[in-house]
Amino acid sequence: MKSFGYTISKDRQINFDANDFEITRLIDAVEPSIMLCMGCGSCTGTCSAGHFTEFNIRRIHTLIQRGEFDHLKQEIMKCMLCGKCQLVCPRGVNLRNLILSIHTALETFGI
Amino acid sequence: MTKSAIIIGGGTAGMETASRLAHLGIEVNLIEKQSQLGGHLNSWDRLFPNRRDSKEVHEYLEHGMNDAIFLHLNAEIDILRHESERFIVKLKDGKELNSDALVIATGYEVFDAGKKEEYGYGIYDHVITSVEMEEIFRKYKQKNLFEGMASKRVGIIHCVGSRDEKAGNIYCSKLCCVTGVKQAIEIKELMPDAEVFCFYMDLRMFDRYFEEMYFEAQAKWGVQFIRGRLSEASENQDHTLLIKVEDTLTGLPLKMKVGLLILLVGFVPNPETRRLAAMLGLKEGDDRFLCPADEHTLTNSTTIPGVFIAGTVKGPAGIASTIADARATALQVADYLKVQK
Repeated sequence: MKSFGYTISKDRQINFDANDFEITRLIDAVEPSIMLCMGCGSCTGTCSAGHFTEFNIRRIHTLIQRGEFDHLKQEIMKCMLCGKCQLVCPRGVNLRNLILSIHTALETFGI
Repeated sequence: MTKSAIIIGGGTAGMETASRLAHLGIEVNLIEKQSQLGGHLNSWDRLFPNRRDSKEVHEYLEHGMNDAIFLHLNAEIDILRHESERFIVKLKDGKELNSDALVIATGYEVFDAGKKEEYGYGIYDHVITSVEMEEIFRKYKQKNLFEGMASKRVGIIHCVGSRDEKAGNIYCSKLCCVTGVKQAIEIKELMPDAEVFCFYMDLRMFDRYFEEMYFEAQAKWGVQFIRGRLSEASENQDHTLLIKVEDTLTGLPLKMKVGLLILLVGFVPNPETRRLAAMLGLKEGDDRFLCPADEHTLTNSTTIPGVFIAGTVKGPAGIASTIADARATALQVADYLKVQK
């Protein structure tokens, strides 16, 4: 069959009701302080990894709360656990443990 | 000779101004269009930030009412005139009152949520306003809020009718944010298995203990905050609602099903204020609230000597600041009457 070059775009919308929150619940249980995030982005502003890559811990955290885990594994590998994010967080979120809890959750669910 | 003042509006501001003026020995006529005093305070269940019963504040205000205050309930103003330093008020029942000073404390109205058609208020079953939510709290404290609902998820929508040129109001109503957080906490208190989401543009937790309430909502109750303004709501067959927003912190559009949608309706000027202002020749701002004589230093008086303004006729304000403002107005009225011949 002749190809006309048409493709189907993937839906970008977050379909909250279709998402699975088991991973989110595990991460939230390991590090409950992440519920305190108010989205200020000071973590990402100071992030060493974020200066050189697209790594954005604030956005990763927000996406996890929405049940979105695409590319999560590759993303968190960019973190060097330097902890600067944690030093600047105005709500005292334990961001290093967030990274570690994401690792744990991904292992637990075999991702 | 005893000096006198007429206060128009028997809500929080009018009651406290009346109480203070009477205390200073001034004869007061208090005009209220409803059958009881209290205004919007009567429609609250519990108040932010400490979630105390609104009745306690009402009792305090009621306590200030005494024999020197002549109450005119169910009273509507027909004509308002200013004649050689006297104010003459003709009520619709024919009664005529006059005084040396006039206080306008006609307050506000809540935004008519039906004007935001895309939110479905008045069209779908489970779209309600924050005022109706207070009524539910007052009446059905022990009841299951979600009786007959297919989802225990609640969406609370900030800035309904505020910061919105399409709604005709570009100003911030400033107290809806904390009201939303208060109601989110109260819903979780009543129904721990509910999921509560607040959809906001900015959270303006400006006053004492407000930020702490926001913190408590997240830390203790797991209320989730999604930054994005509701763009539309539609009803599913099971009467749940599908809402669409942009989750601006991820940069992605988002859709979600909720069982109940609460619209945090903002302040709009009371149309009665505009009518009275026109009869006196008082100035209103671009936001249609009344203008004080000076934005910083003369916030209780107007450009007309003897005419004073108290409370939310000047814009959105909470109970504590309204009471403080009413007291300041009373003092200004007393100062004016002291030097008046």
